[in-house]
Amino acid sequence: MTTTRTAVQVPWARWLVRGFSIVACIVLWHLASVLHLSLGFVTFRNVPPPTEVLQSAIILLKSPKLLAHVGSSLWRVFAGYGAAVLLGIGFGFAIGRSRAASDLLLPPLELLRPIPAVAWIPLSILIFPSSEMSMIFITFIGALFPIILNTVHGVANIDRRLVASARSLGGTPAAILREIVLPGAAPSIVTGLAIGMGTSWFCLVTAEMISGQFGIGYYTWEAYTLQNYADIIVGMLIIGLLGMGSSWLLTTLGHYLMPWRQPAVAR
Amino acid sequence: MNIRISDVSTRSVGRIGIERISISLGDGADAFEAVRDLDFAIAPGELVCVLGPSGCGKSTLLGALAGHLPVTQGRLTVDDQAVLGPSPDRGIVFQQHTLFPWKRVRDNVAFGPKMRGVGRSERYQAADEILRLVGLEGFERFYPSQLSGGMQQRVEIARVLINRPRVLLMDEPFGALDAQTRSMMQEVLLDIWTRIPTTTIFVTHDIEEALFLADRVIVMSARPGRVIEDIRLPFGRPRRAELVTEPDFVRLKRRILDLLRQPDSPEPLARLSPLGIR
Repeated sequence: MTTTRTAVQVPWARWLVRGFSIVACIVLWHLASVLHLSLGFVTFRNVPPPTEVLQSAIILLKSPKLLAHVGSSLWRVFAGYGAAVLLGIGFGFAIGRSRAASDLLLPPLELLRPIPAVAWIPLSILIFPSSEMSMIFITFIGALFPIILNTVHGVANIDRRLVASARSLGGTPAAILREIVLPGAAPSIVTGLAIGMGTSWFCLVTAEMISGQFGIGYYTWEAYTLQNYADIIVGMLIIGLLGMGSSWLLTTLGHYLMPWRQPAVAR
Repeated sequence: MNIRISDVSTRSVGRIGIERISISLGDGADAFEAVRDLDFAIAPGELVCVLGPSGCGKSTLLGALAGHLPVTQGRLTVDDQAVLGPSPDRGIVFQQHTLFPWKRVRDNVAFGPKMRGVGRSERYQAADEILRLVGLEGFERFYPSQLSGGMQQRVEIARVLINRPRVLLMDEPFGALDAQTRSMMQEVLLDIWTRIPTTTIFVTHDIEEALFLADRVIVMSARPGRVIEDIRLPFGRPRRAELVTEPDFVRLKRRILDLLRQPDSPEPLARLSPLGIR
């Protein structure tokens, strides 16, 4: 009964509820910071109210600093994540399709996989002379493993009846890879890309906080050390927006590349 | 490539030779003989149904003819050429779910010509033509998941026949369909087969289906599968739905039922597939 009623509910009413939920969160935040709410184990005394954050955001929007910070973060993600996509999908295909490649490549990857990407930060600072390269490397490592593993999963789980059909219809090994294995593994690959994108941003922000000179993670951390508390939240919100934007990009790409599936990526 | 129907009907290609073959499946201690000592020939243009209990190796034989399974002993030939691997000359239709989900119906059907290097407009034209023949005009731009089970099997048949194979191998192609769609599809198949006469081996465990479709029914024993009866059917063509109630039909049905229900026949085994054990 309840489910039926929710199903037929008018769309605008649902949007109203959703909008209300966001407004309520902002109001609670405002109250907590204006009243200097303190619960003992957590205190909002140093948390700036939304209005102050908005003012800081407007100042940042008008200053050239924003472009420099966001630009260098985007570049690092583009380079590190891009390399992870190319290498991850390449390795994934090799491991998923060939037993020799799997025996050769999988053992070291399995050993390195459980190490969280953030744990690579000290070593990568030592390995790479430029901090720029070390941050790109961390971003790369963060995205690499989810992309490899999901590609392997997708490639290895192709229905062999499809491959057999293609062979019976005259498909050469190269054609089968292109026409059957690639589209068959695509949903799983896109899932890997989405997970990789998340970890990529996570690793980048962490790396920037430790060794950056520009970048949105660096901006957020600098705001903390300079006690510009409103800027901390501005930085956080920008990181959130960038993450949201890149995951939207991936979902859209997934829909576009896989029109035969209805909702391509899980949210 | 156009389907020149008059040409095809005069072809005398598609002779299948099954010469004392045995096929073993599985590795090591789990290995078993799926079929033993099969020995028969199929004439060009014949429609042969292979009947047998579940797990008797009839699909295994089909897989070997398609080139997906090696024979352990003996020799398989099509037009005196040994079967060495998969080829578009030997089209195979599986029970279900082997259309490429990411290709539209037209691209699924045009896959064979594409692999031969036929240009896009030419292969689309051929695909549309054969889709019309199987009664799917207007569905060219659909994805397989948007079609019913029966329509998907029509696409499967079209996708194989566009290559004008020497032989058509069908592994319980209507096994997953409901009774009504199934009997409609049997008539569709006979109609297509009349227009594009192709040597056909049709594997099924449905006795009525075999009797309705075939020129000849080969009955196999339980594992290891051997031929226990080879029956040439006396029914003329075209076949009509009323055939199934005629006395001759019923008599043959009873005879095959008796063959399959031998007192010493064990419980039916797990189904084998043309690609091996599963």
